[in-house]
Amino acid sequence: MRSLWKLTLVEAKLYLREPMAAFFTLVFPLMMLFLFGSIYGNEPTDFYGGRGSVDVSVPAYMAMIIGTVGLLSIAITTATYRETGILRRYRATPLRPAVILISQVVVNFVMTLLGVLLLVVVARLVYGLRFEGNGVSVLGAFILSTLSFFAIGFLLASLAPTARVANIVGMVLFYPNLFLSGAAMPKEMFPDGVLLVSRVLPLTYVVDLLQGLWFGDPWGDHLTEVAVLVGMLAVGVIVSAKTFRWE
Amino acid sequence: MKSAISVDNLRKVYGPVVAVDGISFEVHEEEIFGMVGPNGAGKTTTIECIEGLRRPDGGSVQVLGLHPQRDGYELRERIGVQLQEAALHYRIKVWEALDLFASFYSRQVDWHPLLERLGLTEKHNAPFAKLSGGQEQRLFIALALINDPDLVFLDELTTGLDPQARRAMWDLVRSIRERGKTVFLTTHYMEEAEQLCDRVAIIDQGQIVALDTPENLIRSLGAENRVVFSVDDRFDEQPLRAAPGVTRVERIGERVVVYGQGDRLVGGVVNALEAGGVRFRDLRTEQPSLEDVFLALTGREMRE
Repeated sequence: MRSLWKLTLVEAKLYLREPMAAFFTLVFPLMMLFLFGSIYGNEPTDFYGGRGSVDVSVPAYMAMIIGTVGLLSIAITTATYRETGILRRYRATPLRPAVILISQVVVNFVMTLLGVLLLVVVARLVYGLRFEGNGVSVLGAFILSTLSFFAIGFLLASLAPTARVANIVGMVLFYPNLFLSGAAMPKEMFPDGVLLVSRVLPLTYVVDLLQGLWFGDPWGDHLTEVAVLVGMLAVGVIVSAKTFRWE
Repeated sequence: MKSAISVDNLRKVYGPVVAVDGISFEVHEEEIFGMVGPNGAGKTTTIECIEGLRRPDGGSVQVLGLHPQRDGYELRERIGVQLQEAALHYRIKVWEALDLFASFYSRQVDWHPLLERLGLTEKHNAPFAKLSGGQEQRLFIALALINDPDLVFLDELTTGLDPQARRAMWDLVRSIRERGKTVFLTTHYMEEAEQLCDRVAIIDQGQIVALDTPENLIRSLGAENRVVFSVDDRFDEQPLRAAPGVTRVERIGERVVVYGQGDRLVGGVVNALEAGGVRFRDLRTEQPSLEDVFLALTGREMRE
């Protein structure tokens, strides 16, 4: 337990010392909020079914944060730790691999949660963000989505031969997911062709689930999203456990 | 004498390449045991099989009475490892790395004295990326000692260090043994093995070609000592040849090499030169070294 606590603490410090990672988790979503908030405000419109632009965007930006941490932070960090020999050095100690994995999950989860909380609080204070759902349900959906994307990040790190490849593949997956899933801009603006493409992007399911529960949909309306995310989680965990390499 | 490590007929193959070809040896407790040989001889593969980081293809290994694969976690509690290739996060600070690694072991040791012993006190708040090669190496040694291990593995300890840092590292390794620890090290510097090790295994192409104390290995060669000096003028070599212990004399330009044996060789040579009124300079003696042993055993130079 002592090793888990220390490793988690050190990893958290290292995360915060990495300006890029902290920027994309904590600062960038706020920049998006202020940019589009200042353009569209948060007046209810028929376009968003009687809700404001910020109301619809905040759960979507939550998905954006989840995507960033899973596809970029986790994948690149893990692949880099392996490539530079950090994992190799750990392996020469009695440290259990599970401890390394858990510390990564904990740190990244806490950072994702911090990013999301910061976003919600600021949106509430500045734009009077409206919430029509059940807090526990949204938290549950957030946890499922986060773990599911983390699993994909670990999977990517396991399959990528080098950190560079993990980096490139992470980016190639991340950007279409970001722009075409509704995470960065509302799907209400998309033409039908793009909507079709969005169905194959995993982040779409996070956006739909979080937005739905945010506005009070019952879980029953989102069984497809839940099934997709649980499936991703299972595949990610099983494959990355089987293909894990120390070096 | 008790054995810290017993290796019996160890074999490791990478595809068509036989990296370690059936080697056997024992490392005694409280000795500095060195494995020397050129790059690619199989040293790192051997050390990593013993540490449990690689799975041997054949033979058996026992370390502190444990099986490195089966009892991996238990063994790693009691050994300290400095790897040839490893890294830390470039932003982790020296004290954080020590504090972190200390938490991995059930044996609790205060790491602060270690910081001082390794001369890292001033750097305790520096990130890993800002350390020099020597400081990095000392940090890795501190991490290898952090659990007060019974057995320490040092793989290519001084590669990339300048001569001064290398000597400081040797003193450090001796001090580890003086604390009653066993040290297993690999090196491709013959001088390092000669200076540091109680016993040396010379490994070449995956096999041990010799194993003994450095003194015995050198003595077993029966090689001659050399007295080397320079002269400006012609001189009569005859009295030199007659001096005690001298077997032959070679002259190349102004450089003269006198071969011979026995403790009186140097005195005899100097007396003969003085008696003949020969003006000589830059006189020095050369003893056969482990380099010569390697050359004699394998027919090749260590570094080609």
